[in-house]
Amino acid sequence: MDNVLGRRDCRDAEVFKAFLMKDSTKSNRNLYEHLTQLLIKVIDEHTENAVDVVEEMSRDVKRALFSGIKGPLREVPQVSSAELLTEQQRTLFSQPEEVVAQEDEMGETALPNVSEIAFYLEQAEVGLGREEMQRIFLALKHLVDSEGLPRCRLWGKILGIESNYIVAEAEYREGEEEQESIEDQPAEEEKEPENPENEQVEADPLPQSIYKPQLDAPKEAIGTGANKFAYYVCKEPGLPWIKLPSVSPAQINTARQIRKFFTGNLESPVVSYPPFPGNESNYLRAQIARISAGTQVSPQGFYQGGEEEDDEEDEIPRDSFEVNPDFEDIPVSEMAESLSTWVHHVQHILQQGRCTWVNIAVKPDEESNEDEEGDENEEESEEVEPEVGPALLTPLSQDAEMFNTSPWSSKVSTILTFQHAIAVLRSNLWPGAFAYACGKKFENIYIGWGLKYVGEVYSPPIPPPPLMEYQNGPEITEGLDPTPEEEQALKEDLEEQQAALEEAEASEDDEDED
Amino acid sequence: MDSNLLSYSLDFVASSGRILSIEQRTALQTSMLILKKNYNFQRVMFWGKILGIKQDYFIAQGRGEDEIKNRTYLYSFNCMDWLLLPAVTESMIEEVTKTAKGHFIGDPSFVYEQNLYFQIETEEEAESNVNKVSEENRLSVTIQQIDEDVSVVPRGAFIRTPLGPVHVNRSFAGLSESEARQLDNFLHFREPKRANILYLERMGDWCPAIDFLDVLIDDIPKGSWSLQFECASRVCLLRSLLWFGLTFYHVPNTPQHGYIYIGNGLKNQDLPFML
Repeated sequence: MDNVLGRRDCRDAEVFKAFLMKDSTKSNRNLYEHLTQLLIKVIDEHTENAVDVVEEMSRDVKRALFSGIKGPLREVPQVSSAELLTEQQRTLFSQPEEVVAQEDEMGETALPNVSEIAFYLEQAEVGLGREEMQRIFLALKHLVDSEGLPRCRLWGKILGIESNYIVAEAEYREGEEEQESIEDQPAEEEKEPENPENEQVEADPLPQSIYKPQLDAPKEAIGTGANKFAYYVCKEPGLPWIKLPSVSPAQINTARQIRKFFTGNLESPVVSYPPFPGNESNYLRAQIARISAGTQVSPQGFYQGGEEEDDEEDEIPRDSFEVNPDFEDIPVSEMAESLSTWVHHVQHILQQGRCTWVNIAVKPDEESNEDEEGDENEEESEEVEPEVGPALLTPLSQDAEMFNTSPWSSKVSTILTFQHAIAVLRSNLWPGAFAYACGKKFENIYIGWGLKYVGEVYSPPIPPPPLMEYQNGPEITEGLDPTPEEEQALKEDLEEQQAALEEAEASEDDEDED
Repeated sequence: MDSNLLSYSLDFVASSGRILSIEQRTALQTSMLILKKNYNFQRVMFWGKILGIKQDYFIAQGRGEDEIKNRTYLYSFNCMDWLLLPAVTESMIEEVTKTAKGHFIGDPSFVYEQNLYFQIETEEEAESNVNKVSEENRLSVTIQQIDEDVSVVPRGAFIRTPLGPVHVNRSFAGLSESEARQLDNFLHFREPKRANILYLERMGDWCPAIDFLDVLIDDIPKGSWSLQFECASRVCLLRSLLWFGLTFYHVPNTPQHGYIYIGNGLKNQDLPFML
């Protein structure tokens, strides 16, 4: 009995094995072989909880069949972006040919100690990662060496959609200022609108547009105000540094009204309303100027006003300062507690878009031929009050509170080891702007999207009101068509006149002939 | 990001500018392990940080059996003492969206108030018409919204098992570099909301076990993500433009991925103007 059953089982098993070994019509493989390989894989790899992942393993076994097959096509060597970048970044690590010991002569080096800054920033919970900071450090060194900058600082990083900008702030070299201002001159002239001078005296002149372009305040000279520093940007450390153009008040004012992301391409246009005068490099420069003016701070007393300030109570706010040699460090706990221990050391940008106010109306403008405009200007110039912003080195405690939140948050970096803590300041108005102070050291940095906090929602400025409709007058109203009778009467009149004229001519001719 | 890989993965997202100090990192290493043990979590994630005017909230996320459904959130000020956040309900979301505005303060018991009507005649009426929301509730709602809107995983990193729960895909080997350059391969890590019919059509290798989530590329408005390769072009980084501060990283050809949110907890409502 058992024998019979066993034989039958045996036969069944053989039949089933034959079924398993039947090749698939599609892949020309059979399940028996596949399961064998799968089980071998499980035994070889000793996978934990193999039953849960057996489907995936089965897929892997099948996939492995194709890995060895070489197609008839030759492989195209693919160069990844990482490989391309490494080629660029190799230059950062090139060893200097000879170590020049110039530091003794210069007094202090132009290159900031980025490693030290990064160390403190890490405690302030800001940073870009240690490796990245080191790369930036090396890139800054190359910038200083190649451009011969007198002083340089890591300003921060602005994030863009496609790539980011690393921004370095540098002082202008001596002599560079004049050169740049000459370069800037023609650009400004082009901008000025040309009056179409159609002096044709016609009986029916075309209606004149009453739109007057707003007069722009002139650019601030290189080395002063918003153009005090030059800014260099690069996308990745190792890629070339590009110098940003200087900023004009119109650009700052438009940048205040728009809210746009940076794309990561300096050449791309800024599509916005109101239209931005310039491309992304100008927009970037304008935002850098605004961020610097809003968030560059230093401990009180570190800087002191320049010597000119004690002349008299002048209208012009001072714009220069120097490092106070007698500066005594303020205790960290005090720095973290009260905002009055911090001061702005970059000039406030006025409504006009400049740091020092200039009366545009008085500016000699030859273009205004019309007497009316001249009169208006004169009237205005009498009324205009010079705009005055907060003076340089104003404490942060005087910053205006916006959207019901204080503009700054301050704290100490650690409570556990407070003996060695540093004071950290974070801007709530410009998310991404930080400052730290520790003893006599302090630094500002901005890492963010380059956008100001605008409260709940941004509302774009409304377009100016449309011009009035053309006044209805007799010259554009349609008259009634004449009736046939009137036409007839007119025709007769004309004929009579013609006849009278001819008669008169005929009589004259007669007289002449006589 | 997974607490086990914390210090490793924090370096990748550092290029957004916000990092943790070394003190916080070490504190987290200690406390999150305790957290995992005490609450009996399968995994503990460091979720991120919400910046307040006075103090910052550190947020941790505990995950249970199902990676999507069983999530618990905790907050802390010092990275050591963790407090449970209240569960989010529909009415809570409504209240918070109506009432809570502006920056976080940094005090969980702070109460946001808003009058519902402008003309209030009696005092009783005034009291009944005031919406009150504590900051703790607001925090809870905000975190949930961020997770709903912008939590990201690469395609294939998680699988839905035949029984329903979502698990980590152990055989996920990472996206290739060319795959990581396309938004098609990144998915919203939330309960799927959109019908994936279109998706099915355009993918050749559609697989129900891994393609059960919504794809980032279908997000409205288009272009609400910034995809870049950073850290010397080795790491794929995704930054959300809708919630500033959310950074996702994935190292191509490895299973490593994760996201972190360090920001002020405010949604970018102006996105349509900014693109």
